[in-house]
Amino acid sequence: MGTALRPKAGPPRSYRFPEFTDERLPTGIRLVTAEVSKLPVVTLLVLIDAGSTNDPVGKEGVAALTAGLLLEGTAELSGTEISEKFERLGTSVDSGADWDSAVVKLTALSDRLDDAATLLGRILSEPAFPEREVERLKAERLAEILQLETEPRGLADEKFSEFLYSPDSRYSKPDDGSAETVSSITRADVEGFFRANYRTSSVTVILVGDISAKSARALVEKAFNGWTPGAAEGQPLIATPRTNRKCVHIVDKRDAPQSELRVGHIGLPRKVPDFFPTLVMNAVLGGLFGSRINLNLREAHGYTYGANSYYDWRRGPGPFVVSTAVQSDVTSPALREIMLEIDRIRAERISGEELSLARDYLDGVFPIRYETTAAIASALATLVVYELPADYYDTYRANIRAVSADAVLRAAQTHLHPDLLQTVVVGDAQAIRDAVADLDLGELRVHES
Amino acid sequence: MHQGSSPELRLQGSRGETKGVPTGLHGGQFTQMRIPVETFRLDNGLFVTLSEDHTAPIVAVNLWYHVGSANERAGRTGFAHLFEHMLFQGSAHVGSNEHFELIQRAGGTLNGSTWLERTNYFETVPSNELALALWLEADRMGELLPAMTQEKLDTQRDVVKNERRWSVDNQPYGTMLEKLQELVFPSTHPFQHSLIGSMEDLSAASLDDIAQFFATYYTPDNAVLSIAGDFDSTDARALIHQYFGPIPKGKGKPPLPPMKLPPVFGAPRREVVHDNVSLPRLFMAFRSPLFGSDQYYAASVASGLLGMGKGSRLHRALVRERQIAADAGAFTLDLAKASDLLVVDVTARPEISVAQLEEEVEREIDVLHRAGVSDEEVQRAKALIETDLIASLQSAGERADRLSMFATYFGQPELINEQVDRYRAVTAREVNELIAERFGENNRASLIYVPRERVESEDMLAAAAGAG
Repeated sequence: MGTALRPKAGPPRSYRFPEFTDERLPTGIRLVTAEVSKLPVVTLLVLIDAGSTNDPVGKEGVAALTAGLLLEGTAELSGTEISEKFERLGTSVDSGADWDSAVVKLTALSDRLDDAATLLGRILSEPAFPEREVERLKAERLAEILQLETEPRGLADEKFSEFLYSPDSRYSKPDDGSAETVSSITRADVEGFFRANYRTSSVTVILVGDISAKSARALVEKAFNGWTPGAAEGQPLIATPRTNRKCVHIVDKRDAPQSELRVGHIGLPRKVPDFFPTLVMNAVLGGLFGSRINLNLREAHGYTYGANSYYDWRRGPGPFVVSTAVQSDVTSPALREIMLEIDRIRAERISGEELSLARDYLDGVFPIRYETTAAIASALATLVVYELPADYYDTYRANIRAVSADAVLRAAQTHLHPDLLQTVVVGDAQAIRDAVADLDLGELRVHES
Repeated sequence: MHQGSSPELRLQGSRGETKGVPTGLHGGQFTQMRIPVETFRLDNGLFVTLSEDHTAPIVAVNLWYHVGSANERAGRTGFAHLFEHMLFQGSAHVGSNEHFELIQRAGGTLNGSTWLERTNYFETVPSNELALALWLEADRMGELLPAMTQEKLDTQRDVVKNERRWSVDNQPYGTMLEKLQELVFPSTHPFQHSLIGSMEDLSAASLDDIAQFFATYYTPDNAVLSIAGDFDSTDARALIHQYFGPIPKGKGKPPLPPMKLPPVFGAPRREVVHDNVSLPRLFMAFRSPLFGSDQYYAASVASGLLGMGKGSRLHRALVRERQIAADAGAFTLDLAKASDLLVVDVTARPEISVAQLEEEVEREIDVLHRAGVSDEEVQRAKALIETDLIASLQSAGERADRLSMFATYFGQPELINEQVDRYRAVTAREVNELIAERFGENNRASLIYVPRERVESEDMLAAAAGAG
């Protein structure tokens, strides 16, 4: 057959992350642009330093609600009219908030960008937050919260955060708010949050695609000019753990065919000096299909459709978590294997094969990540939000290649803490409880879901 | 390695063959936007499409096998998808799990997916690793069986059963596709049975089944290979001849039973599922023109104006104005045989009863059917679809997948370049004709999910009322 001999790789072609400009406009707004003209499309992203960690205590969810309401009405236009105007230009606008920022995003054909950007600038500078729309978006969020009760994956993620962080940490509650806090939010809360947080110095506009830096500047200066000057006042983030001992929580779902598992502890803030060794360490542990955790749980044991681990990178220390769903009767052995893998990567240096797999993957996949204008815009948003250096993407691959097996071992020993692991199982408590209790996972509690 | 379809492209049209202009993908005017398409066929029947683009050092390799769950025999539901998993378990010169490892080591991404009519496998790799991706695909197309063992089959069977638990059984509304298939297709129709399969059938699959399925369907003459991105056409052709050339042609596959269906159901259909969900949700399906047919584009625009974006009819009426829905949308399954389905998908607000949900959606569809749509609504939907079509072509993997799709279904990968024009040509009159023909009461199949707890409490209320 023609495939008896394995091929060798050819010489690699060079790749550079798209060049971009980064400037502060006279209006106070920051503008980042990258000209990428393969296709006649442009992605426009407006990033506001108004994420969920800015939520006032007791009003958790107001950042997300405010972001959602930006497009639901101005003095002149109703929400319906706004949607229709954008959509007739062939673009739908998304707006929402994550932990660190509010983001408004659209992708348009380049010949319709001017109209879309001008419309967006006008709408964002004067949202009216109509009472009816505030109440509707609240009701939709409450419906979403209700859906979570029957959605094991989302429920496991949410319970995991709750059991990880102390109750006074913003991270212990859902970023979009709980039923209690969302119900308490009023139109005045939304308006107040907007006035306090949506200021010129907190805004970055990112334009990527078939547009020059010069046209982008002219467009943004013209379209985004009605913002209140100044900067928002941030608030300190509390990210202390709920407990300093390991615990296991079973959230009971009678007759569940699978157990959703989350195992982990508080991780690291995004801008940590050890970022690259930690990234490579996690790739070997659970970040790739060929990682230890996936090969063990899926390919060796057939316990699951997939298992992985990740750091949920945020400005503050987000969770480190191993995540999988296993058939109920192997819940306990699956948890045991996860614990063994965490111990093992802390105990001994990873092999050269494992190191090269992780490094070669992270290095090689780099250009594939930035094929679309939307992906490049998100990458630029990451630079802005986490205040990474301008050459971050130009040095990324060298930084990955520089990680050694020793650095991976150090990262594992420094940043993984078996004695602090919190385990959450959403599953059939009666069926799995005894077997889980036999493992050394700390105090066990069963919760009604 | 998942079941299901990705939101795919649409098409049909002329035969213009463009030869490579291997630079950027557009020449200033997007109205003239064309991606280069070259095609050829190997002696063993393998159909190849090539599309060069040197803007980034990335290349996508994509293989469509013209076999899906529709080709499964009775008692072996889920087999096409289980088989897809087995294709990642090694072949004559590739060790178990080495396929994933070699591609990831090369800095590539990969996966496969199974659908009713086809199974696809794809990699995107740095362009200097094109040979590796082609070699891996050829080795498993030519010599899969030496690597198959009972142990691997048993493990993948467990993995797939867990995939079923995860994505179907333990997921709210996760049974939607299989319930819908059951509701809308006749009992012996190839599209009627579950794609991911039943636990019993998965248990019954044997190594013999693997060998037989492989010999019948995984042959070069039943496949399309597409390459999109940064490669040299001459080099790629040489590699394809070297790796795929020696694979023998297949002996032909058994024909599918007659698939053709009348354009409408004939009478309303309805099924209620009491399930572990929080909110009532209605999927209303309509038989709809085949993917790629002339009328398809009007149906796709109808689906877009009903459910694409917040300015769509259903979102505007049910979510925003009447506030009875938490969410509303519409989509087409894009089936190229039998009958396509256009599906309206509305999730109720918590305080809304199942009866009210059904009534409101019915009313909305009745109005649509009676009064039709305006030119403005048609323009809105067309504009959104056009942007999506063009933006999606940014990714080499998407381009390769669509080339394979058009080649597999219609033998014409060049159709990728005609989609924007096909959509632009759709008129309000065509959309209204489509609506008049397909949105009547005689062509509605409603699949309704009802929260289990709500049934109990409503039953209790009824019982209490009866006792009083």
